[in-house]
Amino acid sequence: MTTREITLKTEPFVLNVGPLHPSTHGVYRMRTTLDGEVVLDIEPVFGYLHRGIEKLMEERTFTGIIPLTDRLDYISPMSNNLAYCLAVEKLCGIKVPERAEYLRVIMAELQRLANHCIAVGSFLNDAGAYFTPFMYTFREREKIVDLFEMVSGQRMTYNYMRIGGVSQDIPEEFLPALAKLLDQLERFVDEYDFLLKENEILIARAKGVGILPKEVAINCGISGPVARASGIRRDLRRDDPYSIYDRFEFDIPVGENGDSYDRYRVRVAEMRQSLRIIRQAMKDIPAGPVKAEVPQVVRPPAGEVYAHIEAPKGELGFYIVSDGSIAPYRCHVRPTSLINLTALRQMVRGWKVADLIVIFGSIDITMGEVDR
Amino acid sequence: MPDISPLLTGHLPAATAAYWPGGYWGHWAFYTTALITFALLMVMGAIYIERRLLGRMQSRLGPNRTGPFGLLQPVADALKVLIKEDIIPQPADRLVHWLAPVVAFVPVVMIFAVVPFQKGALLADLNIGILYVVAVSSLTTVGIFMAGWGSSNKYSLLGAMRNVAAVVSYEIPLVLSILGVVLIAGSLSLNEIVLAQDIPFIFLQPMGFLLFFMAACAEINRSPFDLMEADSEIVAGFHTEYSGMKFAMFYLVEYAEAIAMSAIISVLFLGGWRGPLLPPWLWFVIKVFAVFGFMVWTRATFPRVRIDQLMAFAWKFLLPLSLINLFVTAIQVLTIPDAPWLVFIINTAVMILLVIIWSGLFKVGWGRVEV
Repeated sequence: MTTREITLKTEPFVLNVGPLHPSTHGVYRMRTTLDGEVVLDIEPVFGYLHRGIEKLMEERTFTGIIPLTDRLDYISPMSNNLAYCLAVEKLCGIKVPERAEYLRVIMAELQRLANHCIAVGSFLNDAGAYFTPFMYTFREREKIVDLFEMVSGQRMTYNYMRIGGVSQDIPEEFLPALAKLLDQLERFVDEYDFLLKENEILIARAKGVGILPKEVAINCGISGPVARASGIRRDLRRDDPYSIYDRFEFDIPVGENGDSYDRYRVRVAEMRQSLRIIRQAMKDIPAGPVKAEVPQVVRPPAGEVYAHIEAPKGELGFYIVSDGSIAPYRCHVRPTSLINLTALRQMVRGWKVADLIVIFGSIDITMGEVDR
Repeated sequence: MPDISPLLTGHLPAATAAYWPGGYWGHWAFYTTALITFALLMVMGAIYIERRLLGRMQSRLGPNRTGPFGLLQPVADALKVLIKEDIIPQPADRLVHWLAPVVAFVPVVMIFAVVPFQKGALLADLNIGILYVVAVSSLTTVGIFMAGWGSSNKYSLLGAMRNVAAVVSYEIPLVLSILGVVLIAGSLSLNEIVLAQDIPFIFLQPMGFLLFFMAACAEINRSPFDLMEADSEIVAGFHTEYSGMKFAMFYLVEYAEAIAMSAIISVLFLGGWRGPLLPPWLWFVIKVFAVFGFMVWTRATFPRVRIDQLMAFAWKFLLPLSLINLFVTAIQVLTIPDAPWLVFIINTAVMILLVIIWSGLFKVGWGRVEV
């Protein structure tokens, strides 16, 4: 019996963090068992944002599903569009024109930048930097969103990609604007690094906090920056190249310790790689059509298909079963956020309430994707 | 009819209370009214400055719609919050819940009683002024703990517990860093301390200033030590369950505390009301807002520390340094009392050396798991 047990008897108590809480990134709820400030256990509760998207997909034509995919991970709709279109194209065997492929890559990488802007900003906000990094990263995201607005007319749910290409060609002023933005972004990414890489408080709060060991990450099926921060060199753009990713040169940043700080660092490093990819894609973007000859109503042959991409948050997959009609028989999404959340419980045990929020923020989830 | 012309011109008579128009009671009535007005006006100014400065630092505008340059924003905020419904949670301890904002607010206003706005222009020239400030300022914690306990909300309780823990720890480096100033000035009275500052004490006590500033930030829960109302962790901390005017009182407490601490810092280290050209009270206000602006800057820059790191910072960083500072100052007062510039050079060197050594020895994340 320790002194503490004799002198001070403490009782664990239950605290509901969420569903309405400033830093649960939506309506996530953690039923947390606390001993004072120490987290003994958490029990995730979700489903508050369930909209039955997978069921809705069975009622729509294959093209009509694309707007629904926008609403999965609403932070990065372009990537969702891409993953879904790739799945249908794989099922139908449609060949996408060169220019469309390049546009898709540019959009997907811009989306990764926009997503990581939010991820980094809200992570630092969770760490308690009173909205400053958040506003800074949002400033940059706004500029990316401006570009998306230029091509798709939307600022949130873009609905830009189509089966067999993209909905419309980019306007003339897009590429010059993009080139200008890339230069700015490079500077801003350096700025985030300069501001926070060696901030003693941030290091104290994030380094060594919420370590996700490699084995646990693999067992839980973690993907994306979270897995790479744990030292798993897995990136679908490299390991299972889709679209035209095999043509580009880029590195896969990998963390060493798998702590919150590494996850943050990996994201910043990935932003640099995305900039690199966009620069290469911009250089050799060909002229030509942006959409393959696809019938108005797509009727894929009966069968099933699984296509996955490296979305900003990790592996995003679409599994489609078709019975030869105009709507899928079943469409299942492999959500990144939900599966990345599975390791949360093992990561937060024994840490403090403040760390719980930081670790949760470092995973970077979107509730739209968790609940679907 | 007492002669009030000096009050109107802004040059308050320096005479002691007994020689005032109306005697002690006239003095008391005037300063009590003036202090409360001053505190409230300064709070409004502070809210405006904080929101605008934060806005600029976060690359946005801040409030600029209500009145010229958004100057009326605090008024609009106050009006809004006044007409809000006052909600008391059903399981709350009603009496404690009701009393808490008052208990928290009164000590903060009381701090201003000993703050000199000009030579001799203060409500009570206590000869133990700074001791009084330290004693009274920590009373606010009682109110905050009452709020946390009385709300019967777990977030509130967590916030209140954090606050008590922080204040108890940070009182010690706070007092020890004041002692250096007291040694040099040779008095505990704030009025005397200002009069002793031919050279502002920030030069003679650079480390004292640094330590006092950090300890004061923790004491009044300014960022990066704002654990008790850490909005990303425990929602709003101790005032989660407060609304309407009672919430406004806590808001007021928060800013009045910040202003009071800024006032104490400018009195102790920045020469209080002393300054060339401008009238003394204006110098005082400028200095207070300058210190407050610095607090806003830290708030916009740093992430928040964790509760164990907060404690470690007080005991392992601030306490040893403030003890060393006190020791060094004591020796200087004994040996070289008449060479301020020598003291300045020695103390600056000592500060730089110690801070560098200690930052190597001690990291904020000392208890972290090294991987």
